[in-house]
Amino acid sequence: MTGIRVLVGTRKGAFVLTSDGARVQWEVSGPHFAGWEIYHVKGSPVDPNRLYASQSSAWFGQVMQRSNDGGKSWEPVGNAFAYDGVPGTHLWYDGTQHPWEFKRVWHLEPSLTDPDTVYAGVEDAALFRSSDGGQTWHELSGLRCHTSGPRWQPGAGGMCLHTILLDPSDPKRIFIAISAAGAFRTDDAGKTWRPVNRGLKSVGIPDPNAEVGHCVHRIAMHPARPNVLFMQKHWDVMRSDDAGDSWQEVSGNLPTDFGFPIGVHAHEPDTIYVVPITSDSQHYPLEGKLRVYRSRTGGNEWEALTKGLPQKDCYVNVLRDAMAVDTLDSCGVYFGTTGGQVYASADAGDSWAPIVRDLPAVLSVEVQTLA
Amino acid sequence: MIRVILPAHLRMLARVEGEVHVTVDGPVTRGAVLDSLESTFPVLRGTIRDHVTQRRRPMVRFFACEEDLSNEAPDAPLPESVATGAEPLLVVGAMAGG
Repeated sequence: MTGIRVLVGTRKGAFVLTSDGARVQWEVSGPHFAGWEIYHVKGSPVDPNRLYASQSSAWFGQVMQRSNDGGKSWEPVGNAFAYDGVPGTHLWYDGTQHPWEFKRVWHLEPSLTDPDTVYAGVEDAALFRSSDGGQTWHELSGLRCHTSGPRWQPGAGGMCLHTILLDPSDPKRIFIAISAAGAFRTDDAGKTWRPVNRGLKSVGIPDPNAEVGHCVHRIAMHPARPNVLFMQKHWDVMRSDDAGDSWQEVSGNLPTDFGFPIGVHAHEPDTIYVVPITSDSQHYPLEGKLRVYRSRTGGNEWEALTKGLPQKDCYVNVLRDAMAVDTLDSCGVYFGTTGGQVYASADAGDSWAPIVRDLPAVLSVEVQTLA
Repeated sequence: MIRVILPAHLRMLARVEGEVHVTVDGPVTRGAVLDSLESTFPVLRGTIRDHVTQRRRPMVRFFACEEDLSNEAPDAPLPESVATGAEPLLVVGAMAGG
């Protein structure tokens, strides 16, 4: 029987929400790792019972957890993230150079073909890979050692590598994004990287053609069309039709184009979702109305989706890793808020209902469609 | 036998309740106690001291016999009463945050 498993990372633990294909009745399990920050939980596409979770604490650092039974039980795996060689320095807030220091894992991306292989995007920005189920981690240091590395600078949330997209049509191609360095692409399985930020325009960067320095919040891709990328930048929603070689703005009629997450419909590669936020200084929805915006044209033309979402006095945020879709025939869309709500739509965004209302602040949402 | 009291988060991680007991061959120093602790509970590696530098994590403190030993050298002897098991070594998460 078809089922849905929603993996939720929060400020105070992880939660697993499960339902059948109707997506009406939900069971909630958790908190797992109670009291710890869970930045991300994600399952293997080839073995949905294999999950990875990033557990961290400002006090006690990074812990990695692995489940082999879909989140019923967990075992800690390796948590040693050592930069390759001498880490060097990057640009600090005050313009000086600052040593690279590992802080936490923001994002986990399991391999599309091997459940024991998983990528980790970390702060300070670097990409690690494990090929033994998370026991040991090795840096793909060609990224951090890019010539632009000393010019990378943290955003307000830290210098985090938060997006990892694996190209299903080319195992050697990976896209990543870093706040506030920008987007990068490798075409040789991570040995060498190049910035793919042409066309991005960011206030405060005097050079309109700046190679790095852009605060990319999230990139999304439809697996059937991996050369087309959608980006929610600090400000601006962007689109690339050439695997990031160039970008065009598609903010169109959005009421504000600041935001964090961006998602793509599972079956319609030109249907995309964003959650506009008032501004960089007011991280909550415009006018207190929580509205997801959907474009069925790959951008520029957007419609507000409001049915079932609070349309007054709502001042939550939706963080960059906190939106996901399922792959059922009627595509499900899910997102979590900093107010602890996880909303689900079983009809591609036309209507919404909360699965849970009172979790800790939600950091990430992932969805597994189970056969 | 050396008694160690871990903070709640680390007790949960190590799946223990109450204090834990470790043994040390040779001088009883903080470093030797942590080596023994991490050998018994590998999951604690990296949570009390940094994997690479082996330095105390900034928001972890060590107390014993009503003294803050956090800034003592890792190879300095712990108090005799800790070495004999009369008093525990407390690993404490600094009070901060919500």
